Amino acid sequence: MNSLVAIAYVPDTESKIKVGPDGSSIDESDVKWIVSPYDEYGLEEALKIRESKGAGTVTVVSVGPERVKTGLRECLARGADDAVWVDTGETKNLDALGVSKALAAVAKAATFDFFWFGQKGVGPDESLVGPMTAELLGLPHVANVVHLDVGEGKVTASREIEGAHEIVECSLPAILTAQKGLNEPRYASLKGIMGAKKKPIAEKKLADLDVPEADPAAAKARWRKLSLPAPRQAVKLIPADDPAAAAKELVRLLREEAKVI
Amino acid sequence: MATDRADYLDCDSLFTEEQRLVRDTVGTWVDEKVLPIIEDAAYEGRFPKELIPDMSAMQLFGSTISEYGLPGLDNVAYGLIMQELERGDSGLRSFVSVQSSLVMYPIYAFGSQAQKDNWIPRLGTASAIGCFGLTEPDFGSNPGGMRTTARKDGDSFLLNGAKAWITSGSIADVAVVWAKLDGTIRGFLVEKGTKGFSTFEHKGKMSLRASVTSQLAFEDCRIPAENILPGVEGLKGPLSCLTQARYGIAWGAIGSAMATYGAALDYAKSRKQWKDRPIAAHQLVQERLAWMVTEITKGQLLSWKLGSMKNAGTMKPHHVSMAKRNNVWVARECAKLARETLGANGVVNEYPVFRHLANIESVYTYEGTHDIHTLVIGEAVTGIPAYNPPEE
Ligand SMILES: Cc1cc2nc3c(=O)[nH]c(=O)nc-3n(C[C@H](O)[C@H](O)[C@H](O)COP(=O)(O)OP(=O)(O)OC[C@H]3O[C@@H](n4cnc5c(N)ncnc54)[C@H](O)[C@@H]3O)c2cc1C
Repeated sequence: MNSLVAIAYVPDTESKIKVGPDGSSIDESDVKWIVSPYDEYGLEEALKIRESKGAGTVTVVSVGPERVKTGLRECLARGADDAVWVDTGETKNLDALGVSKALAAVAKAATFDFFWFGQKGVGPDESLVGPMTAELLGLPHVANVVHLDVGEGKVTASREIEGAHEIVECSLPAILTAQKGLNEPRYASLKGIMGAKKKPIAEKKLADLDVPEADPAAAKARWRKLSLPAPRQAVKLIPADDPAAAAKELVRLLREEAKVI
Repeated sequence: MATDRADYLDCDSLFTEEQRLVRDTVGTWVDEKVLPIIEDAAYEGRFPKELIPDMSAMQLFGSTISEYGLPGLDNVAYGLIMQELERGDSGLRSFVSVQSSLVMYPIYAFGSQAQKDNWIPRLGTASAIGCFGLTEPDFGSNPGGMRTTARKDGDSFLLNGAKAWITSGSIADVAVVWAKLDGTIRGFLVEKGTKGFSTFEHKGKMSLRASVTSQLAFEDCRIPAENILPGVEGLKGPLSCLTQARYGIAWGAIGSAMATYGAALDYAKSRKQWKDRPIAAHQLVQERLAWMVTEITKGQLLSWKLGSMKNAGTMKPHHVSMAKRNNVWVARECAKLARETLGANGVVNEYPVFRHLANIESVYTYEGTHDIHTLVIGEAVTGIPAYNPPEE
């Protein structure tokens, strides 16, 4: 069984984000980039399916500038067979629909049973690309998958919903978005790392794909302004020697200063 | 916590994408799997065996060998692995150093085909653990004086003598033991459970507490004649292994220094004294941090240069001495400065500093003490061996 796995290469979750000089993008100078953790679950599941079936391929796909190739190489080191890089060139901040169209174009040229996504890309946190790509390809999709059983031409997926798990059966090929809990991603082996260089990364140009959103004027969503959350204020400690007085003071502060009650 | 490698001078750019990926893979594993457990393991004086399956899956053992399905890494990538492991703990790094450089290396370089076929695959996955017995209770810096002997007896050898301070000694399935056969030092493979071979752990060790250190005793220990390493004779056998291991230590020590510097920097920025200013605002504290980051940077450059020479085949043992001596000293000084910077918190195991401080004392002594490496460099530049004065 063949899998495609979409890979977002995102700022390390530990990075200190700074707003760029244009006020609507992040300052990328000191950012360390990582494969989005949710995509790692998707990749791991694809590798496990390939291993359990003893056949099939895992292809990782990323849409972005040159640096995403490093992320793709990391996935190849972990065991993916090959990769596709859609070079976004000068285009910055491609919107979710633009990314989805690029990924759908790659998918149309491939034969696959699964197209894996993270349930969201760490950073924008929009949870859009998986479902949008499914819509563009006219395929079923299951979001927030935490467990998967693969059957003949279909899968049974358990997905996380508010306070419960929903069991969904769906035909293949399908789009699945991975949620934390699905599996524990492996570390690359050294041999995998050494072999990654020899695995192919096919290059496509965004400009050659049918993605009108590559032109910022045609994008359906634009980043207008980015701002950092206000710095946390100093903690106010209420002395608790007299609990009754402390409770009274807490209520007063919540009402008069924080204005939350 | 994000990994801070004190990269002041963009040393990152010296490495290839592959070398960085090796470093980051092992580094992430250290952050996720080692740091959360290592403080307790060291406190309890326990070797964390539970880490072996991951290390085996990542193929961290014998990683520069390319036969037997092993990764065949270049020496800089190998060094970066040592750096990352020792950023975790010197004891963990010691375990991998011994397995790779002191056990797999001599079997691979000096062993018979049968010895290699028998041991390299098992040691490569750590389904067999190895140890290296050179030091004796009475012979440390001067191993050539060793008293352990081997005597040919029909189809076997009989070993007699004792080894001391042997890393992984009592958990090892195979010991590479150096002993004198008719006055010449030779290597022998002794399997766990062989009659006449026993091990005892050194008790009360205050350093490398997450690593096993043992004595080995041989009393008419009979091993098959084919267990001798055929490919090497004399002190150069064990010394060539030590060159491999010391090379890794030169990198590993940088990892230890990165850990203590990182802890000192974080602490200095968050700890407030005097008018609500962080202690990092004081010039004396900054002086320590500046010293540490400068020396770590120099140490990184030294290791990288050494690695490039090892890759090119131009590295000599006395080059390794310079890097081992310098970088372990830097790590030791960094541990002390970091300890001072943390004040009382520097002596508790809520922070990694004291563990590194205690660990580095062993690293300063083993694999050739600081003094001995000083004398190796001295000999290299003067041509006069000072450690071994001629008979009057
Ligand atoms: C935790 C730990 C793990 C170890 N693991 C192993 C192992 O796996 N295998 C193994 O074989 N060994 C191992 N060792 C032993 C280690 O290699 C020796 O301790 C080391 O070689 C020093 O020997 P020594 O302790 O006998 O000190 P000594 O040689 O007695 O030295 C004592 C002091 O005298 C100084 N000195 C000695 N000779 C000279 C000289 N000519 N000029 C100036 N100063 C001199 C030394 O520098 C040192 O300061 C380990 C040691 C430790 C602590």
